[in-house]
Amino acid sequence: MIILSGDPPRSRALSILLIAIIVALAAVPFLFPGAKAMNVASKICIFAALVASYDLLLGYTGTVSFAHTMFYGIGSYAIAIALYGMGPSWAAIAVGIAVGLPLAALLALGIGLFSLRVEAIFFAMITLAVASAFLVLASQLSWLTGGEDGRSFQLPELLRPGTVFVKDFFGVSINGRTLTYYIVFFASAAMILGLLRVVNSPFGRVLQAVRENRFRAEALGYRTVFHLTYANCLAAVVAASAGVLNAMWLRYAGPDTSLSFAIMLDILLMVVIGGMGTMYGAVIGAAVFILAQNYLQALMGVASNAAAEAGLPLLPGLLHPDRWLLWLGLLFVASVYFFPTGIVGRLRGVTRPKS
Amino acid sequence: MTTLETQNLTIRFGGHVAVNAVSCAFRPGELTAIVGPNGAGKTTYFNLISGQLRPSEGSVLFDGQDITNLSAPLRTRAGLGRAFQLTNLFPNLSVEENVRLAVQAHSGTQYDMLRPWRTRRDLIERADAILDSVALGARRDVAATALSHGDQRKLEVALMMALQPKVYMFDEPTAGMSVDEVPVVLDLIARLKNDASKIILLVEHKMDVVRSLADRIIVLHNGQLVADGKPAEVIASPIVQEAYLGIAPGKNAA
Ligand SMILES: Nc1ncnc2c1ncn2[C@@H]1O[C@H](COP(=O)(O)OP(=O)(O)OP(=O)(O)O)[C@@H](O)[C@H]1O
Ligand SMILES: [Mg+2]
Repeated sequence: MIILSGDPPRSRALSILLIAIIVALAAVPFLFPGAKAMNVASKICIFAALVASYDLLLGYTGTVSFAHTMFYGIGSYAIAIALYGMGPSWAAIAVGIAVGLPLAALLALGIGLFSLRVEAIFFAMITLAVASAFLVLASQLSWLTGGEDGRSFQLPELLRPGTVFVKDFFGVSINGRTLTYYIVFFASAAMILGLLRVVNSPFGRVLQAVRENRFRAEALGYRTVFHLTYANCLAAVVAASAGVLNAMWLRYAGPDTSLSFAIMLDILLMVVIGGMGTMYGAVIGAAVFILAQNYLQALMGVASNAAAEAGLPLLPGLLHPDRWLLWLGLLFVASVYFFPTGIVGRLRGVTRPKS
Repeated sequence: MTTLETQNLTIRFGGHVAVNAVSCAFRPGELTAIVGPNGAGKTTYFNLISGQLRPSEGSVLFDGQDITNLSAPLRTRAGLGRAFQLTNLFPNLSVEENVRLAVQAHSGTQYDMLRPWRTRRDLIERADAILDSVALGARRDVAATALSHGDQRKLEVALMMALQPKVYMFDEPTAGMSVDEVPVVLDLIARLKNDASKIILLVEHKMDVVRSLADRIIVLHNGQLVADGKPAEVIASPIVQEAYLGIAPGKNAA
């Protein structure tokens, strides 16, 4: 299993679930070519990669960062500003990537070397401070970022919905939008597989050692500040790449879609729900969370109406679509309570050591 | 030739001088036992040598270099090996992985991100060999935290062995072990003595162990070095009888 870096799902149920999610995501443009389904599917792909990169930090090294959306935002804004400023060309995309990713890496390097030497709580506080400052900066520099409104832009010709490759493929139009979706899908998959490789490398093993007992890792001769900093840089670059994909899909970058702390919270929830320190948890967490976020309301509407028609007391009110946030919250509390090791941990059915 | 020396080594915690102007040179091929009552400063002395603590005064010289300002990982890489008094492992990783990490550190594989760790068979095989040498081979797949206290002590020693250091620092390696577990560790230390290029430091309370293994004994008392010499002389000296064995001079028992 060289593509999985020798770290297979180790649970039949988990394998089936993963395959189902991946097949579904790959088939969405043909099964559900509507805008809503495509948006949800691409968001799952992008967040799976984003959450996986966060898992590298939280799950594997045990460091808590609040700057992950900042890196996500850097990628989003870099591509948005480049395409907005230079016009819809491939050169603009290249410039956006060539500026955004190194910028994210450098910033992560600086933060890491500065604050990963000491207590983990210091790093958490610094990332919170830097991310807050960045958020303010992004809204202040409105000549560059578009402020609160963000930046909308056009993609190159090839990636536009108007570019039709196959007019009618069993009733589905294959166009630039389809191509963009597959770019998102494959780029996300490549990043997740890359991260899986990293966490299963000798370097990744040191990260786990640092999480378990940093003092001892140092005593063995590992200069852990560098391991943590490199992990931080790598996570930042993947987050920024996810940001690039996000902006390309939305043809827009703004504070709410790429920088806000609400996204940071979503990432945290997804990594915990999926299962920390597993990588596969990112895929499951993102899929479950985003599906719930998008379809719970509709599902509740159906359930509420059904309950009302059946003449049941109380239930129609409880299940009213306006209460969906309450139920979403309860769902997460319950999942964290019942699956403390996440869905992946639960499906693997054990808390055995990672050998 | 490996040389290790502390000069005027001192550390204060607040007003308390835990290690007080200790000057001592250690020679290769020699096992030096460091003895002294609880709180004498033995572990603190080790921490100063292996870099977990920085001294208030004085210096540590290793292989002719002043390493006083070197970090703990760099001292380890330079060849100072440490087994801790309070067992200090990677609790949720397997026994094998604990040792494999030490082997990996020694091999200089720090930042290799691109290949799966399992393809480094050499590291795994070496870890397994070391586990066999401390009679832990059969337990390699359990989590370190699931080991008995005695086995954890052995694993602690195994981690240091994996580093193949020039200086071995054992801090009460057999403390809390059951009698039948002790020989494995003592044999291991005795075997290390065959290599005349190594410096071995051993903090140990059990006098019979010290007598059988040590070529030299130094005595710490209230952070000060109060005796240094051949085992027989040091054990017989009044200061040890009093400071370490707690026997007042004059009332000397057999
Ligand atoms: N980090 C620290 N901060 C404050 N005091 C310390 C610290 N480390 C050690 N001490 C004090 O220094 C003294 C020496 O402690 P140390 O652990 O070196 O003794 P020891 O000789 O190893 O004793 P034992 O035989 O019990 O292991 C003790 O009084 C201890 O309380
Ligand atoms: Mg001690």
